[in-house]
Amino acid sequence: MSSAPEGAFRDDPRDFAGKIAVFQYLTVLVFVFLVSGFWQLQVQDPERYVEAAERNRIKSTPLLAARGKILDRDGRVIVDNHTSYSLLLNRDQINPGHLPAMATALNIDYGDLSAAIRRNTRPQIIIKDQLTRDDIAWIEAHQDESAYPEMQLIQSWRRQYPQNGFAAHVTGYVGEISENDLNLPQFSEYKQGDIVGKDGLEKEYDKTLRGIDGQQRVQVDNFGHERQMDATQAAVPGQDLKTTLDLDLQSVAELAMQGKHGAVVALDPRSGEVLAMMSAPTFDPNKFTGRISRTDWNQIMNDPFKPLLNRATQAEFAPGSTFKPFTALAGLETGTITDETEFHCSGGASFYGNYYSCWRHAPQYPGGHGNISLHRAIRESCDVFFYNVANKLGIDRLAEYADYAGFGHKTGIDLPNERESTMPSTKWKLHLTRQKWYAGETISVGIGQGAITVSPLQLAVAEGGLGNRGKWMQPHLLAGMAPKVLRTGHFNPDNVEKVIEGMYAVVNEEHGTGRTAALPGIKVCGKTGTAQLASNKYLKGTAAGRAMKDNAWFIAYAPEEAPEIVVVALFENGEHGDRASWIVRDVMKAYFDKKERKAKGLELQTEIEDRLSATTLVPAHYVEAKPKQ
Amino acid sequence: MGYRSFKELDWPLTIVTLILSGLGIIQVYSATNGTKWDGAWQKQIIWVITGLIMMWGIAVVGYQSLMGKVLYLYAAVIGLLFATTFIGNKVFGSTRWIRIGGFTLQPSEFVKIVLILAIARYLVEFVRPGTTLTWGDLGKLGLLVGIPMALVMKQPDLGTSLTYVPILVAGVLMAGLRWKQILIITLSLAVVLPIGYNLLKPYQRDRLVSFKYPERDPKGTGFQVIQSRIAVGNGGMWGRGAKESSQTHLGFLPVPHTDFIFSSFAEEHGFVGIVIALVLYFLLIMQVVQNAQTANDRAGFYVCMGVAALLLFHVLVNVGMVVGKMPITGIPLPLMSSGGSNTWSIFLMLGLVNGVRLRRFVN
Repeated sequence: MSSAPEGAFRDDPRDFAGKIAVFQYLTVLVFVFLVSGFWQLQVQDPERYVEAAERNRIKSTPLLAARGKILDRDGRVIVDNHTSYSLLLNRDQINPGHLPAMATALNIDYGDLSAAIRRNTRPQIIIKDQLTRDDIAWIEAHQDESAYPEMQLIQSWRRQYPQNGFAAHVTGYVGEISENDLNLPQFSEYKQGDIVGKDGLEKEYDKTLRGIDGQQRVQVDNFGHERQMDATQAAVPGQDLKTTLDLDLQSVAELAMQGKHGAVVALDPRSGEVLAMMSAPTFDPNKFTGRISRTDWNQIMNDPFKPLLNRATQAEFAPGSTFKPFTALAGLETGTITDETEFHCSGGASFYGNYYSCWRHAPQYPGGHGNISLHRAIRESCDVFFYNVANKLGIDRLAEYADYAGFGHKTGIDLPNERESTMPSTKWKLHLTRQKWYAGETISVGIGQGAITVSPLQLAVAEGGLGNRGKWMQPHLLAGMAPKVLRTGHFNPDNVEKVIEGMYAVVNEEHGTGRTAALPGIKVCGKTGTAQLASNKYLKGTAAGRAMKDNAWFIAYAPEEAPEIVVVALFENGEHGDRASWIVRDVMKAYFDKKERKAKGLELQTEIEDRLSATTLVPAHYVEAKPKQ
Repeated sequence: MGYRSFKELDWPLTIVTLILSGLGIIQVYSATNGTKWDGAWQKQIIWVITGLIMMWGIAVVGYQSLMGKVLYLYAAVIGLLFATTFIGNKVFGSTRWIRIGGFTLQPSEFVKIVLILAIARYLVEFVRPGTTLTWGDLGKLGLLVGIPMALVMKQPDLGTSLTYVPILVAGVLMAGLRWKQILIITLSLAVVLPIGYNLLKPYQRDRLVSFKYPERDPKGTGFQVIQSRIAVGNGGMWGRGAKESSQTHLGFLPVPHTDFIFSSFAEEHGFVGIVIALVLYFLLIMQVVQNAQTANDRAGFYVCMGVAALLLFHVLVNVGMVVGKMPITGIPLPLMSSGGSNTWSIFLMLGLVNGVRLRRFVN
């Protein structure tokens, strides 16, 4: 054996037994300590780490679902999508130091960008939509590890609305879901950054239109290299929404209202299908898709004429003389008048110590209408006649009949934020002001003035139901919806016919106030209306400097014996109903022209492209001032 | 004594060693398959086989004769450490390896064996049984360990230099100190350690504290701790299965075949796997301690205790680092981490222990 070192004598390691035991205990402690470390990670809370490993390993790219298209009744596209690219940041990889450079390169406001990243808590945040060619080039050049690896390009969809705000109030618009909405129970399926319908059909039918986003999952390594595809969940596109709108009629209405303020509504009174609906001034919904610029937003919000307001459903106006048929019907039905009852019009009349003038008065029309009965009174829109009828009826009996037609009620159309209008009555006034109704207040209501208000849509429903012989249908925009009866009036058919005959005379007989709306071969019934702005609350004080002229109404339905279409046009500040009758006539003509072509088996597509492009032009005959009749 | 020495080897110890080496080779294979370190497992087989031969060789030569030549050995490793400083290969900003022939050696690994022998010899030669160490003894032992430690720290390789400490501590505590000395040493360490901490390089300091707060810098110093913990947790109770570990195979785990091999093992084999592996390490250390108890002389006892303390320190620091309970010091896991120098170094130490066993009945 080898030599032992000096001094290694008779030594006995057993002397160290105590110290060895201490070392052994220490060893046990160390191993218990280590095992406890693994216990915590692997047994107590492994899910946390399994998820973390998953986040490391899987790079998921959202596959955005296309929203459903909005179509007209013939399947023609009104609202479409086009592909674009969006920039997404992966939260895990965001380096706050990179943001200023990104903001500068991509023309994003740095404040907006950092605020968006703070607010949004999702793992991936879209920071810019609708990337330009330059944006994409820049992103592709700076996406690598050494520059800004948090950037990811994804394909997205941009909503494409017609130009020039065509049908904008009906289609509505989409935008990013707001924080407030996210907290509401009905938005529980939505997540931050989702695009959601904000108004119009887009809002009403959001659940139908929106698709389900998918996800592409790719396994990546620590260096961002893609290794293999993981389970990919395809996007499910939203369903197309077929509406009852007819682009042929809509385009005529849009064209007719160029440069004016007001609204046009066309319905099928038999089913309640909305054929056309427009409101002017309009706005460009394309500006709202994605993120609207602050300038555009301010411009729209500060516009005194409130372009976002859908005047067809959300504004109240006095119906004016277009209400007279209902006063007439109430008079006949209650036996207050017969078709032979005569009143004398001298250009005005006194009730309860106040003088109420007829539109036909001195000095232009000395003598007024003279002695006048129902047929002529409707045809020539004699105010004095209806003052007398209303006075005899009293407000509550008038309200009872107006109620059938839906005055004072919402129609329940499938559009958001429909406004309730007013049909006054003693009960209504007591409830609202705790004051009793004065008989004198009834006089104005008889000609559609005073406290009575209506939206163009409500008026279209009311007049259409009258033409429908007392059957009022709920209006709707979704194609294929079962027609729903709002109310049925069990009237004496003779009385209804007498009122309708009066309305026929408005358009077709000499001295009729709405003769411009006549169409050859079509029995059109109509009624003009000229309403004072007294109850025009929403514009009050906003349009300073603009002359507050009377609003012009025209309503018409045709054919007389069984109306298929009712059209209402409101021409704000149009002064006289006749100036709205042109608009109604053009929409009606488009309807009957189309029907005729259909019957003859001709090509259905009208010159719609031309019409749509022509909406930027203002045809001469629409701006031409027409003399009062 | 060829055949007899082979039969008389500590077979329980050797079998545990072989199982752990085998687990290591399999894990190196699984962790590096398809990565840039592909093939490391084949090299590791070579290291283990050559290591086994060295183990047997050194067992036969015996700790006693090596202790007799420990001055030369000490001079040789100090020389190698100096040589490393001048002709060494710089890797990751640190000069730890020297190239000899076709492969590289890490001299600091072999310092461990020399220190174990040197300390044992000092304690046997200059300390009478039944007495305690004097301050002079402590000073000399401190210097003996301090010189190579300083040289290795200079490379800089803080982790390896720290592994010399348990050898010293084990020797000193086994030889015996008075309570007063222990108190004074504890108090002076309380003063010296903070100063030493400030002398560290910033990256070393970051590594030392980052395991406590890895989330402060998840992309930088905290990255390894976070990713290692994720790998371990991802393994769960039963593990992901060999080659199914995403943290290991997608590069999130740093060096999955060397310092972090146990994270990789934990990800693939779960809690059940690590308990088995840790039990094997526990048996290994206990068997070394067993040999200390049955040693024929104090020298054999000190050698075995030095080896046991060093193994315990390695397992504690490496495995503790893997679960985020110890700082990242970059020291390998004995027998499992791949690498030539550290594998050989462990087998040489186990050779010393086997040598003690071979001589247990000889007087």
